[in-house]
Amino acid sequence: MTPKLRISGLKKAFGDKKVLDGVDLEVMTGTAMVVIGGSGTGKSVLLKCILGLITPDAGTIEIDGEDVLKVSRGRARELRRQIGMLFQNGALFDSLPVWENVAFGLLAEKKIKRRDARAKAIEVLAQVGLAANVADLPPSELSGGMQKRVGLARAIASNPKIMFFDEPTTGLDPIMGAVIDGLIVDCVKRLGSTSIAITHDMASAVRIGDNAAMLFEGKIVWTGSAQTLLASDNIIVDQFTHGRRQGPIQMALRK
Amino acid sequence: MKPILDVVAGIGGAVLNALGFVGELSRFAASGLIGVFLPPYYPRMVGRSLMEIGFYSLPVVSLTALFTGMVLALQSYTGFSRFNAESAIASIVVLSVTRELGPVLAGLMVSGRAGAAMAAELGTMRVTDQIDALTTLSTDPMKYLVAPRLLAGIIAMPLLVVIADILGVMGGFLVASLKLGFNPSDYLINTFSNLRIDDVVSGLIKACVFGFIIALMGSFHGYRSRGGAQGVGAATTSAVVSASILILALDYILTQLLFIK
Repeated sequence: MTPKLRISGLKKAFGDKKVLDGVDLEVMTGTAMVVIGGSGTGKSVLLKCILGLITPDAGTIEIDGEDVLKVSRGRARELRRQIGMLFQNGALFDSLPVWENVAFGLLAEKKIKRRDARAKAIEVLAQVGLAANVADLPPSELSGGMQKRVGLARAIASNPKIMFFDEPTTGLDPIMGAVIDGLIVDCVKRLGSTSIAITHDMASAVRIGDNAAMLFEGKIVWTGSAQTLLASDNIIVDQFTHGRRQGPIQMALRK
Repeated sequence: MKPILDVVAGIGGAVLNALGFVGELSRFAASGLIGVFLPPYYPRMVGRSLMEIGFYSLPVVSLTALFTGMVLALQSYTGFSRFNAESAIASIVVLSVTRELGPVLAGLMVSGRAGAAMAAELGTMRVTDQIDALTTLSTDPMKYLVAPRLLAGIIAMPLLVVIADILGVMGGFLVASLKLGFNPSDYLINTFSNLRIDDVVSGLIKACVFGFIIALMGSFHGYRSRGGAQGVGAATTSAVVSASILILALDYILTQLLFIK
């Protein structure tokens, strides 16, 4: 069976610094993958490469078996249209009200007329537990948790087949983090999407992931069930998930 | 030997950086201009940028033009009266304002107001991932953010300069007639008898170029800003400084092209 997303030998360096040094990762259709790793290990760079925001130096990124780095620009754009993205800080457009943020992708792809967009946005906002009265507010008037929900609503509005979540619970209290995780799981299941999340939050990783992968020194050093993250028998993963000061990750930092 | 090589390497590095910067700016400008002509078009964004660059700059440009015209009349009078050439004041004011001071001062003012705002807005969008978010929502940021600003700059600046020209001449007229004792109708006759359409048109051509430069530098520096609040601040400063210098340099080049046969 062809994976929904297959990454092979992905490399990216900035100057002398090798951020990704041959990443291999497969995500099967309808499953949720969580990528964990320390700060600066290239998790966000990996996502940006898949999204087409950064061009990798080498490797392949296949969506449904098609290499987005080799097909024409138009085809790559089409393949990437299947992707919805929740940014770490929401990345809401602060010059637009909430409803325009949510309907932005639908309007850009001309899937909806402007006069119907507000009603559609309110419908999607309800799916992430937000009332219609937030639709006309500017994003700056929302709390961090509400901004995350609006970001999630924007990501799911066009029913993406692949969803990316960049540190979805960062900056939220544990309860709000759990609420966001719950919404993510609900949305992904309802849409039947394939998802990839990157996170530092182990509780969140276990809640939203079917599978997990550990990125370390530019490579995926471990993959397995997200449920086994806390007892992986891999010294790198164990050190990271338990937050131990001693171990290979610290040694790597001392180099 | 090594110190000399270090100096040469330093100069070489600086030249390469400068060429890289020019190349990057040229590609950015070309990409933005292509976005102006090729669909999709974003009329709402053009309208918003017209308001930002044109309408909201109106008070500062109007006041600058009015006071410049007034000062010009006053200075010309004190200088020209030494040669009994006071009658040339009307011509001096109208030619100076329409050919030079209108477009240049409006350009500098708009650069300080709208160019800085543009760089700050795009810079903030860059450091908060909003520009990346546009790409993930099937929208080309160059077409959505940059092209409308370039188009609005090219449209708004000539309109501002027409108003600056009128107010500049009016400032001179007010000082000449109310303070310096000129006959108002004679002053107006002198003003318009020496004014040719070329004088106004050349100022408007300059305004189009300056509008493009202001929008380009504001967008360019904002779009490539990095590193949080400090990066956005640096982008804003660079946008205003580079636009102002380019306006003054291009003013000389355009004057040479338009007036020196």
